[in-house]
Amino acid sequence: MQPDIIVIGGGTVGAALAYGLARRHVAVQLLDGDDGDFRAARANFGLVWLQGKGLGLPAYQSLTRRSIGLWRGFCDQLETETGSALSYQDEGGLVFCLGEQGYEDRRLALMRLDNQRDEGDPAWEMLERPALENLLGAITLGPKVTGASFGRTDGHVNPLLLLAALHSGIKRYGGSIRYGARVERIMPDGNGFTLRLAGETLKAPRIVIAAGLGSRDLALQVGLDVPVRPQRGQVLVTERIDPLLRLPASGLRQTAEGTIMIGATQEDCGYDVETTADAAARLSRKTVEIIPALAGLKLVRQWAGLRVMTPDSYPIYVQSETHPGAFVTLCHSGVTLAAFHADILAQAILGGALPDFLSPFHQRRFDVPKVA
Amino acid sequence: MFRKLHDPGANTVTVHVDGHAMTAEAGESVAAVLLRLPEGWSRKTPVSHSPRAPFCMMGVCFECLVEIDGQGSVQACMTPVRDGMRISRQTGRRSLSA
Repeated sequence: MQPDIIVIGGGTVGAALAYGLARRHVAVQLLDGDDGDFRAARANFGLVWLQGKGLGLPAYQSLTRRSIGLWRGFCDQLETETGSALSYQDEGGLVFCLGEQGYEDRRLALMRLDNQRDEGDPAWEMLERPALENLLGAITLGPKVTGASFGRTDGHVNPLLLLAALHSGIKRYGGSIRYGARVERIMPDGNGFTLRLAGETLKAPRIVIAAGLGSRDLALQVGLDVPVRPQRGQVLVTERIDPLLRLPASGLRQTAEGTIMIGATQEDCGYDVETTADAAARLSRKTVEIIPALAGLKLVRQWAGLRVMTPDSYPIYVQSETHPGAFVTLCHSGVTLAAFHADILAQAILGGALPDFLSPFHQRRFDVPKVA
Repeated sequence: MFRKLHDPGANTVTVHVDGHAMTAEAGESVAAVLLRLPEGWSRKTPVSHSPRAPFCMMGVCFECLVEIDGQGSVQACMTPVRDGMRISRQTGRRSLSA
């Protein structure tokens, strides 16, 4: 049976969207890549996060806020439907500040962002060290820690279980998933699109390109130039210990299983997914400055993934004007935005048009002639 | 479980496993001492609490992790005994006091 919509890309973005479509009784086919592909969804840190995001683009703050508002319901529904437990916690999140200057810089950055807020309440506050210690309980902070910013709606989730649950949910609603499916060519025809894969072709009236770093080549074939580049992030994980960190922090969280995850670097080094000793040392040093006792933990693994970055770091949501019915969805916050993708975005793509509030995320914002 | 075949004599050192004194021979590994524990296990895993004992004795399997002198999850097979050493078996996830 020919699907109504083919989603190219089985990472967290494509899977959330396909799940939302399948729930809406759309015959959806999800095309996932293979193990040799770059898979940001499998290197993810797992934050569901608002604080600090969206400087210069208030619409991104609103989008993130909107998705987080949907997250609890989205998670409950997915857990009920698939029988999985995603370990979502939404009791707030921290960004630790080192030194008086670090504290002041963080406060000013969040103030600037808050001045651009176009809806909702401020969801953050600054905590000086005593309040922070009170919040964290029996943890001795390093001497340089002056406080933290606290995001009330921030949280974290197991990103791998989320991805697995989305795939499971898609199948539960009758969607199909093809693994190891690499789209070699997109051929638009009068009433839809023909996708050429190794040894076969697939057809659908609508397609969504959510193929992360692989999206650029595909989008060009439907008349869209989406500038996307890799940014490497390295993450460390420790052995499992009894619950210690009550709240997740940017770059430091304890998972429900007990491991401590430490991240993440932001490196521009092309498609290199090697890990480096230098990054391990820097990340460890930073962590021990915050909570010295963590020096006594054993690291068990270090990995690197490639973020899907646009020039301004914000998502791209666009429907091709030359080839209507072809959409592109790209972002590097696939976990935070999953609830939005599965709900409002899926509904919009089903309806055939993206809502006006997504127009700031059109790829045309990058089509500015370069000034010499 | 295992027992030592000879008396180490002048090379005897004393280590403490979960507070109990055990004799060991200078130069042998902590894992060798753990294999002489009567209970036959030297840790319980963090996830399933299944009892484990030293296995590969050469630093690759990580089955022999113990706390040694306050340092957690040390590979016992790669650590020579030292007189007065304090060894604690880890049961389940470690608890870190921070």
